[in-house]
Amino acid sequence: MSTKEKPGWKSLPIAAIIPEPGSSMKYKTGDWRAFRPIIDLEKCTGCLLCWIYCPEPAILQMEKKVKVNYDFCKGCGICAAECPVKAITMAEEGAK
Amino acid sequence: MKKVLGLTGNEAVALAAKQCDVDVVSAYPITPQTIMVEKFSEYVANGEVKTEFINVESEHSAMSACVGASLTGARVFTATASQGLALMHEMMYIASALRCPIVMGVANRALSAPINIHGDHSDMMGSRDCGWIQVYVENSQEAYDSVIQAFKIAEDPEVLLPITVNLDGFIISHCMEGVEVLEDDAVKKFLPERKTDFKIDPDKPLTIGPLCLPDFYFEFKRQQEEAMKNVPSKVKKVGIEFGRLTGRTYDVLHTYHVEDADAAIVCLGSTAGTARAIAEKMRKEGEKVGVVKVMLYRPFPAEEFRNAVKHLKALAVLDRACSPGAPAAPLGSDVKTALYEMEHKPKVFDVIYGLGGRDITPTDIEDIFNCVLQTAETGIIEQPVMFVGVRE
Repeated sequence: MSTKEKPGWKSLPIAAIIPEPGSSMKYKTGDWRAFRPIIDLEKCTGCLLCWIYCPEPAILQMEKKVKVNYDFCKGCGICAAECPVKAITMAEEGAK
Repeated sequence: MKKVLGLTGNEAVALAAKQCDVDVVSAYPITPQTIMVEKFSEYVANGEVKTEFINVESEHSAMSACVGASLTGARVFTATASQGLALMHEMMYIASALRCPIVMGVANRALSAPINIHGDHSDMMGSRDCGWIQVYVENSQEAYDSVIQAFKIAEDPEVLLPITVNLDGFIISHCMEGVEVLEDDAVKKFLPERKTDFKIDPDKPLTIGPLCLPDFYFEFKRQQEEAMKNVPSKVKKVGIEFGRLTGRTYDVLHTYHVEDADAAIVCLGSTAGTARAIAEKMRKEGEKVGVVKVMLYRPFPAEEFRNAVKHLKALAVLDRACSPGAPAAPLGSDVKTALYEMEHKPKVFDVIYGLGGRDITPTDIEDIFNCVLQTAETGIIEQPVMFVGVRE
């Protein structure tokens, strides 16, 4: 939605209040990402260090291993830096 | 029966805040405001009020605590001056943008350096654009009356903005005068408990103060401007209602002998009293002079101001603050801006006076009146910005 199409001051709630709780889930930040983490599930040991370190948090805990929630992952690369078995690599978005 | 007490400006403010049944006070002492909150802390210690008094380590924290308290729906009062106000500066923008109807007593004092504890308007003028309603009072009676009205104006759902009640440091804050006070019940009836449509409530969670990037920030500033536009009519409405209760009606401006004047002094605060006394003396000598006291400084009541002075030939605007490098000091700039669109407008010059508590004497005022009368007669402004009372 372009800025011009967003609601105007007359219809917005006073003082930028967001009356609905948990609405940050609607604000997807995945498009901020310049590099995307790719997890090599062959190497992943399921130690969950990436899950602990992810500030978003955008690492989802699966039954044994993990996966990235790309709707919210901002591509900071902390998971890749912390992974003790180098199972996560950062690939440039849009690169072929 | 009328009840009159001997009160300093600071004590009058404290008593008014007490009668307004405030829920939270968070403040830090600073001369010349200290007695406002010191007196209030006595009320708390004596069990005369149910107010939660939050002691803090700085004015920045005081205003932060006030913002948090106000957002829970509480009625909040605080007070400060000078460096304390400057330290609050950042949080004052947050209080106004989060639409917290906090009432703050300000005993106006010069800003350092050089360090000085006496009265001038530099402190409030330094935070002029912080989005707060700003009222200036002339004496202890007006200080008392204005605090009571301030809560009613600030808490109006079409306003919801914080407000400062400004009293000249020492000149009003420490001067004891007879103050006609209301009974507690009368204040309670005039000012019912605060009601709010939104507040911090664990049962109904909401987000207050989110990040607003270029796509949303502007809209909320526009909302604040709109709220400010609603203020003058509310001030008048509350002022009339207060007048019915006390016989003392309040307005955005107070004019004295302006109706048939050629020239007038425009000023804020305690100086208006001296100016009126001199105007009265000069009237008897046949000089057509008047005084415009600006009571509501923010929002500046431009329309009312134009109507009040449209027939005058000249105005001397007295500023107890300076804005180094600006074409005029704060009040002078506002007056000139307000008049700009008029086809036939009075000649205006600005007078900077009284910095750091320098006394403004009746003789000074008379000299200024003579100067503005001369401008009215000749149409010539000798100096667009004059300094009165400074040694060359």
